[in-house]
Amino acid sequence: MIDPTTTDAPVIELRGAGKTYRSGSIEFEALKGIDLAIHAGEYVAIMGPSGSGKSTIMNVLGCLDTLTRGEYRLGGTDVNDLDEVELAEIRNRQIGFVFQGFNLLSSLPAWRNVELPLIYGGVPRHERKLRAEQSLERVGLGDRFDNRPGELSGGQQQRVAVARALVGEPTMILADEPTGNLDSVSTQDVLALFDELHARGRTIVLITHELEVARRAARVVWVRDGEILRDELNEDVAA
Amino acid sequence: MSWLESLRTSWSAVYSHALRSALTVLGILIGIAAVILTVGLGLGTQKDVSAQISSLGSNLLIVAPGSSTDTAGVRGGFGSSSTLTIADAEALASTVNAPDISGVAAEKTTSLSLEANDTNWTTSVTGTTTSWLDVRARTLSTGEFISAEDEETSAAVVVLGSETADELFGTQRVVGQSVVISDKTFQVIGVLDSAGSDSSDNLDDLAIVPFSTAASVLVGGTESAAVSTIYLQAASDGQLSAAYQEAETLLLNLHSITDSTAADFTISSQDALVSTATAVYETLTILLTGVAGLSLLVGGIGVMNIMLVSVSERTREIGLRKALGAPPGAIRRQFLIEAAILGLSGGLLGAILGVTAALVLPGVIGSSIVVSPAAVGLSIGVAIVIGVSFGVYPATRAARLAPIDALRSE
Ligand SMILES: Nc1ncnc2c1ncn2[C@@H]1O[C@H](COP(=O)(O)OP(=O)(O)OP(=O)(O)O)[C@@H](O)[C@H]1O
Ligand SMILES: [Mg+2]
Repeated sequence: MIDPTTTDAPVIELRGAGKTYRSGSIEFEALKGIDLAIHAGEYVAIMGPSGSGKSTIMNVLGCLDTLTRGEYRLGGTDVNDLDEVELAEIRNRQIGFVFQGFNLLSSLPAWRNVELPLIYGGVPRHERKLRAEQSLERVGLGDRFDNRPGELSGGQQQRVAVARALVGEPTMILADEPTGNLDSVSTQDVLALFDELHARGRTIVLITHELEVARRAARVVWVRDGEILRDELNEDVAA
Repeated sequence: MSWLESLRTSWSAVYSHALRSALTVLGILIGIAAVILTVGLGLGTQKDVSAQISSLGSNLLIVAPGSSTDTAGVRGGFGSSSTLTIADAEALASTVNAPDISGVAAEKTTSLSLEANDTNWTTSVTGTTTSWLDVRARTLSTGEFISAEDEETSAAVVVLGSETADELFGTQRVVGQSVVISDKTFQVIGVLDSAGSDSSDNLDDLAIVPFSTAASVLVGGTESAAVSTIYLQAASDGQLSAAYQEAETLLLNLHSITDSTAADFTISSQDALVSTATAVYETLTILLTGVAGLSLLVGGIGVMNIMLVSVSERTREIGLRKALGAPPGAIRRQFLIEAAILGLSGGLLGAILGVTAALVLPGVIGSSIVVSPAAVGLSIGVAIVIGVSFGVYPATRAARLAPIDALRSE
């Protein structure tokens, strides 16, 4: 098990990270210069009230959005120094992202949605289908390969999104409320999956509103009004 | 991501938006078919007209009585109707005086009634000589043409145009039958092949008799030597203007006229007619092509509209694909191929429709349509360019967005 207090260089490091949204003349400072370091193999939960900036942090970590201030180092490299193609490769190989709003393509059946990251990863066709189906089985959707998102319940769609994040075996899972739409049974299944991935050395960062979910993580970061309020180790797990 | 993968992705996008794809293809298809048909129709009409004009005979000069500048058109002492005589025709036939003229056919034409069995039919009766068949580039479907002997003996023989033969005898065997013209009985010795009609004459409704017969039996009097038209055939295309010069000089001499502007005859050339008509129809073709090009442009704007909507509607999809690791190049390639698939299938289907219609329609509208490979190739090219430029431009823009901005767009 990797000790979260390890002195190794962190994989994820925000330094004075600030994000100001501009729409027309209106500016909104969603992140007010935060520092955050996460080491390889950590399991971190981010908690905070709605609108506090959790998704903003997550999008930056996933290289989907850029900071307006400060820097983000991923694996020791400043992402500002990377070009579009390198960023695409990082998003594809290293990061499995679960979006708050699923973001499935409605015209494609479940397995084709799950397969997408593999297409851009250059995985051969026959292998892609196999891996997509295995990934769907892992989230308990073994009988829903061919259904389109519109034919699935909210919880099932969320699990398809999780399956898609897992399919490329990324080293980092970034999940924005992955259990928000799930019943308690499915929530337990997904959390068990994350536990398993964590046990296998993956770095996991998830956003949640539920204390019960946060308790599975080794570390909880509390965010409020674009600032980090508290950053604490979870006694139960860390013990 | 390989081109093959891009192709699969693009194809599944085209396939899963079947209606929109079909409409896009339809827009291009109609534009292309319209271009092919209108250009084809223009070229076809042009071809028809030149074919009709040259069906009168090749390298032809036409000498008509009367001055081209004097609208009365009547001069000289040969009665009241013609300044040209059979003597003029004979002089022009001389290889010494007019070496560049290879054939001469004088015509003496009157409208007369023909009678066979109980049928009456009025047509133009032309008296002419053996050379007429060559000079006018006509052929016989059955029987024989007037011979030199018929001419010498003023034989009472007649060759009928195909329509005339039809009117008089219907399905009966025509050669060997008798026809009464001006109370004289003529024997039918041949029937001409059909030649259609030109702008002024029906070339298939006529009766041809030896010139001498027409002069003595049918017309008679002071006008017996007068001819209504002399057709001259130049030995070759290149000798046409030489032939023109010779004919003019010779006729001016014969008519004792010194000033060529005072000539009592007019020589016109078939080629001049052809080139005038060709120029007119070329202009028409350009005009039609312009109209067709416009319709293609309108189709193109429709395609552009659908593409723009399709891309902005799919900005989220672009954002998602980028978020999952698609490099900008893969996004551009996907939309490039998608647009090319639509443009190409629209172009090909349009070409198939246009060419099919070009084959079927002439039977219906009675005018030829010439399929121009250049028009087909060019319009398919334009279709692809339209699809690609209007599909790829917005896609390239969307591919540059930060993934999260693309994902947030509605
Ligand atoms: N594109 C944007 N333009 C302007 N303001 C934005 C934009 N995205 C987010 N915000 C604002 O930034 C703040 C932080 O948003 P964020 O999505 O990070 O919240 P959150 O913590 O994830 O909330 P929730 O728990 O409801 O998902 C919010 O006040 C939000 O209104
Ligand atoms: Mg959020």
